[in-house]
Amino acid sequence: MDILGPLYIFILAAFVGYNVIHKVPPLLHTPLMSATNAISAISVVAALIVAGMEHSDDSTKTLAIIMSVIAVAAATTNVVGGFLITDRMLKMFKKEKNEAGK
Amino acid sequence: MIDNYVRKVFSSFLGDQEIQLSIGIAYLVASVLFIFGLKFLSSPRTARRGMFMAEAGMAVAIVSTLLDSEIVSLEWILLGLVIGSIAGYIIALLTPMTAMPQRTALSHAFGALAVALVGVTKYYTGHVKPDDHGLMIAIGMEVLLGALTFTGSMVAFAKLNGTLPGAPIQYKGQNPVNITIIVILLASFGYLIYNPGASELFYVLAFVALLFGISLVLPIGAADMPVVMSLLNAYAGLGACATGFALNNNVLIIAGALDGASGVILSIIMTKAMNRSMTNVLFGGFGAVAPTAEAREVKGSIKGQTAEEAAAILDVAESVIIVPGYGMAVSQAQHSCKKLVDYLIKKGKTVRFAIHPVAGRMPGHMNVLLAEAGVDYDLLCDMDQINDDFPTTDVSIVIGANDVVNPAAKEDKSSPIYGMPILNVDLSRTVMVLKRGMSPGFSGIENELFYKDNCVMVFGDAKKTLDGFVTSLQELDA
Repeated sequence: MDILGPLYIFILAAFVGYNVIHKVPPLLHTPLMSATNAISAISVVAALIVAGMEHSDDSTKTLAIIMSVIAVAAATTNVVGGFLITDRMLKMFKKEKNEAGK
Repeated sequence: MIDNYVRKVFSSFLGDQEIQLSIGIAYLVASVLFIFGLKFLSSPRTARRGMFMAEAGMAVAIVSTLLDSEIVSLEWILLGLVIGSIAGYIIALLTPMTAMPQRTALSHAFGALAVALVGVTKYYTGHVKPDDHGLMIAIGMEVLLGALTFTGSMVAFAKLNGTLPGAPIQYKGQNPVNITIIVILLASFGYLIYNPGASELFYVLAFVALLFGISLVLPIGAADMPVVMSLLNAYAGLGACATGFALNNNVLIIAGALDGASGVILSIIMTKAMNRSMTNVLFGGFGAVAPTAEAREVKGSIKGQTAEEAAAILDVAESVIIVPGYGMAVSQAQHSCKKLVDYLIKKGKTVRFAIHPVAGRMPGHMNVLLAEAGVDYDLLCDMDQINDDFPTTDVSIVIGANDVVNPAAKEDKSSPIYGMPILNVDLSRTVMVLKRGMSPGFSGIENELFYKDNCVMVFGDAKKTLDGFVTSLQELDA
């Protein structure tokens, strides 16, 4: 297993994340948490791979399938729910056009 | 059995290597879209556009994963996707904005559960070879972080939802129990890295990690939840990262690192706003501390007023700052608050909101509630932005906030909250505190603000009081 390559990516992504997220105003901290939660539900990709893999051993097959279906469902809940609810929140943040006397 | 037709279609005109490359490129595109998505969150104007990009990234990543050669059948995948989509849709549609902290805790739990189960399934189906120490580290981290975040988030959910009491739950011998748990975790993980084939120990690790999550969050009080939520957010992200290491999948590492960074930044902001260290939040058992007997003698007296009397003060005020706290969420007062603000603005007064970073139960909680009620986001100010304006403000209205406006944090060195940055409402000409009763705040600390000469208390449900303000103001104008 090549460890250095992924480690480079992790460290660099952490720096990018730090810089990008530092600029998010406190106003949007709840949507931020909800958005990053939806994004980290990218683990659905890993769940898909275990849920679709070939099972050569019948003794472990059933339990493995049950666990991986739960994993796919849980991650998908976050993908769908996370993005929908983030959007629902962000839609509410608006300026009042009528009364803004500027 | 449903064959993986997605891959079959593509492999009819692409070779294996080309498909592998396409997947890699798709993941790269998804990663870039995620980063842009978060970058656009820096302003409410661009935030929605950013989220569309992140959604597109997610779609690209999911579809291209189906091209993976390891995926041979689709039926279980489809089942999971359908269940998850329906559940996600229902949760997103039905969650009221006041329940956002619970919803977020629950979604941390779901994400962590997925991560933990992927790790366990991988190990269970014999994907970890007895000599693959590197893979064992990654999968061990995955299961450890996933399991402890899962149970920790479930406890946080139960506390925020009121299923469990919000007060810190402590029992005799808590520390020895925790130390034992940590020792078992370290020992079993250590041995597993040395010998990845020790499968009994792997399940011990997973089980004890579940216990660790419970024992970590149980002793933490509801008022400290903003910190815990941020921390669980970071763990969930790092769990996804570990999955990325285990699968050698870059998009997982990048998305996990972004989530982890966000959780860490938010935790730091939250602990700073409480002037406490992370260790203190996690192991301090704040709020369980018995109120100190030698508390300073409080001078002055409490002046209770009716909504009509308070409205008369508001009527002649020119500038008003409103300080919302968790009490506003409890009494669902945000809509009444908006009505009052509209009325005051119509009368030509300057009205703004001062929002303390730890007001409410999760970062940004108050902003979301006020946005829901339709308050212009330009009126919502951070502590640093507005704290110097209190001395020139006629009236501050504190709605269901307590510790974040307690002057003891500035003046009383013996106070447990001494040093915590607070909103300087006591410096404004008049402070109105809307409160249910005289019970002290979550921390159990007496609030000297209530006894100050410029402070008036309006007791009762915040929503009713605010409605009362509007009615009285209308009567005054009639």
